[in-house]
Amino acid sequence: MTEIFTQPAVDRRTLLRRAAAVGLLATPAVGMLSACVGSGSDDSDQEQATGTKSADNPLGIDPKAGVEIVIFNGGLGTAYATDVDTPLFNKKWPDAKITYSATEQISTVIQPRINAGNPPDMINNSGSNLMDFGAIVKAGQAAELTDLFAAPSLDIAGKTVAETLVPGAIEQGTYNGKPYAVNYSYTVFGLWYNKALFAKNNWTIPTTWADFTALCDKIKAAGITPFGYAGANASYYMVRALLTSAGKIGTEQVLKDIDNLKPGAWQADAIKQAAQAWGEIGNKYINKTFLGLKHTEVQLQQNQDKVAFYPCGSWLENEQAKDTPPGFEYAIAAYPSVTASDKLPATAINAAAGEIYFAAAKGKNPQGGKEYLRTMLSKEAALGFTKLTKSLTVVAGASDGVTISPGLTSANEAVTKAGKDIFMGYLFDTWYKKLDDESRGAVNDLMFKGGDAQKFCDRMEKASQAVAADSSITKFTRS
Amino acid sequence: MRRGKYPFIIGFLIVPVALYCTFVVAAYLQTFQLSLSSWSGLGPIEYVGFDNFTKLWHDELFWKSIRHNIFLLVLLPIVTIILAMVFAFLLNVGGGHRGGTTRGVWGSKVYRVIFFFPQLLALAIVAVIFGRVFGPDKSGMLNGLFPESWKPWLFLADERYAMLCILIVLIWQAVGFYVVLFSAGMGSIPAEIYEAAALDGATRITLFFRITIPLLWNTVQVAWVYLGIAAFDAFALVNIMTVDRGGPNGASSVLSLMIYRNAFEFSQAGYASALGVVLFFLTLTFAALTLRVTRRDSVEA
Repeated sequence: MTEIFTQPAVDRRTLLRRAAAVGLLATPAVGMLSACVGSGSDDSDQEQATGTKSADNPLGIDPKAGVEIVIFNGGLGTAYATDVDTPLFNKKWPDAKITYSATEQISTVIQPRINAGNPPDMINNSGSNLMDFGAIVKAGQAAELTDLFAAPSLDIAGKTVAETLVPGAIEQGTYNGKPYAVNYSYTVFGLWYNKALFAKNNWTIPTTWADFTALCDKIKAAGITPFGYAGANASYYMVRALLTSAGKIGTEQVLKDIDNLKPGAWQADAIKQAAQAWGEIGNKYINKTFLGLKHTEVQLQQNQDKVAFYPCGSWLENEQAKDTPPGFEYAIAAYPSVTASDKLPATAINAAAGEIYFAAAKGKNPQGGKEYLRTMLSKEAALGFTKLTKSLTVVAGASDGVTISPGLTSANEAVTKAGKDIFMGYLFDTWYKKLDDESRGAVNDLMFKGGDAQKFCDRMEKASQAVAADSSITKFTRS
Repeated sequence: MRRGKYPFIIGFLIVPVALYCTFVVAAYLQTFQLSLSSWSGLGPIEYVGFDNFTKLWHDELFWKSIRHNIFLLVLLPIVTIILAMVFAFLLNVGGGHRGGTTRGVWGSKVYRVIFFFPQLLALAIVAVIFGRVFGPDKSGMLNGLFPESWKPWLFLADERYAMLCILIVLIWQAVGFYVVLFSAGMGSIPAEIYEAAALDGATRITLFFRITIPLLWNTVQVAWVYLGIAAFDAFALVNIMTVDRGGPNGASSVLSLMIYRNAFEFSQAGYASALGVVLFFLTLTFAALTLRVTRRDSVEA
């Protein structure tokens, strides 16, 4: 192709003009990427499959209509859908064909289909490329799940689906009073460490901040980085650590204020104290190069016993399964109390339902999508999910008495120890992606560049008020 | 033959023109339309006039991104063209002339293939590879090469150097193509001219500046336009390589990344479209300026 440039017959100006046209072509055009704009809301009267409601078919699905599902292919894998949920669904509904696909790019794949009025029936909205679920709800694209939660459980006799779930599971998928999402996996957050390494060195898990820093000194003296997280793409793990500490200092109300964009929420004493304490850890005990590393790289270093504590959720063990050497035993610790006057005890943890699954409102078979969700919420499916992914589910007690892995056992213990002091945490990161983005940059600055707590609070307060003032952003509230 | 001319031409044009209208013109019109709305990317569209542009004007990240695009626009073409020109000269003429023909330095045929290699790699792969080259700890290639006593360089995680790292990768990837392009251009320069100059006692350096560059000027201008357009993009590299995508603290953000994130992550398709409109006019201005400059040039010639 290069010879066309040297042939004198080609007019150079034509060529330049052509080159300029290529440039215009290369400029991203949002209009095109998002496909037929707004058409989804116009032709919503597409025919939807329904059947007759009965005791055996509480959601009234058409037993012969196919159901299309899309699963996010990430830390949890996809085997739970293909090997557990779908066979279970087909056991009850042999004539309903499940069309399955998986993607790592949920928003790129699904959003154009929603806009075109042709969404899959059940969607697993997850991963770093997930869709803004608040916007989906507002656009009327998610099916309301009230009937699903009121339907009887598939295999727990005498209970409705709602009654089989852990407290708070439904609330988390509730938008302005109505449920739209099943947050399926139950994630326990905390400090992850290698139990074997700690036992070998006689290191005990700290419950106060003084113990924590003293232990960090010991770990540092042993040539191991005491604490670390990946700044390049997983700084939100650190945001969660900091805000969990703030929640323990001043109860979940502190986090609710943040979610509600209350003026001054980020300037609260609890936030400032937590930022101060963590900034100290950043100054003294973190490896500064982690700012440029990705989560897998830091997690690998932990597997190599180069990092002692890592803030993460209970998906970690499964995510690292293939890199974890024999003898490495994942365990979780609750974040130590920052002050002696923390309102919640040191055992308090942040555990939340996560991984959004929803039925598309304007698909071909929304009831089928819901029935698939009901199948997932059966005890059998939940246990299968836990066995395959080493993640707990929101189905209460589905895996009790089953030993699956050290990390999972440890997480289960942490939940038991925390008792009533489990809090769901915050939602601003899914409600307001821009604020989420700002918190990542701010926490990186705090942890890697000097630990200035006031600067962190000021920056977040400013960003929070900017979101509050922006009328183009849909607001949500919680209480 | 003459009678069949128009149906023949129309037959050829209809498909490309239809495709162009659907996928470029229509998409652009829609972008302009959406830039005046607060559309989230889903659901109904609400028009808000020029609000998005006012917001842009006050958006620090927007100005940062523009600065980064201009940084690339200035440096990417200059450095790439100079490097490619030098390499192409060495490959084609640098070996001097023997037996009546000019030739490149020893082994130039092999080098030519090697130089073209980066062009064959998908940009995503290049980004991942260079992510490791610029690794901020001792496992990074460059830091691994540094003496053990040095503190690791943060490269992409350092606000001062993040954009420079992106520039280096863009240059690395582009140089090979322009070496080939310039080689082709040099191939078309008559050997007699070099011969005559050499007989007059011109050194290699004189040959390069007095003969190669002037006769290659047209090709250089083409390269300039292409590289300028590449400088407006840089999306893939920034998206894959940088800290917090465009960070730290927006230190490597570019317009294309801002568009993508606003459209698909922040549910601000309206705002993203406004950014798209800005990028459209920037590209247009750049193209128009380049055309204007070359017109003057051709008048003088």
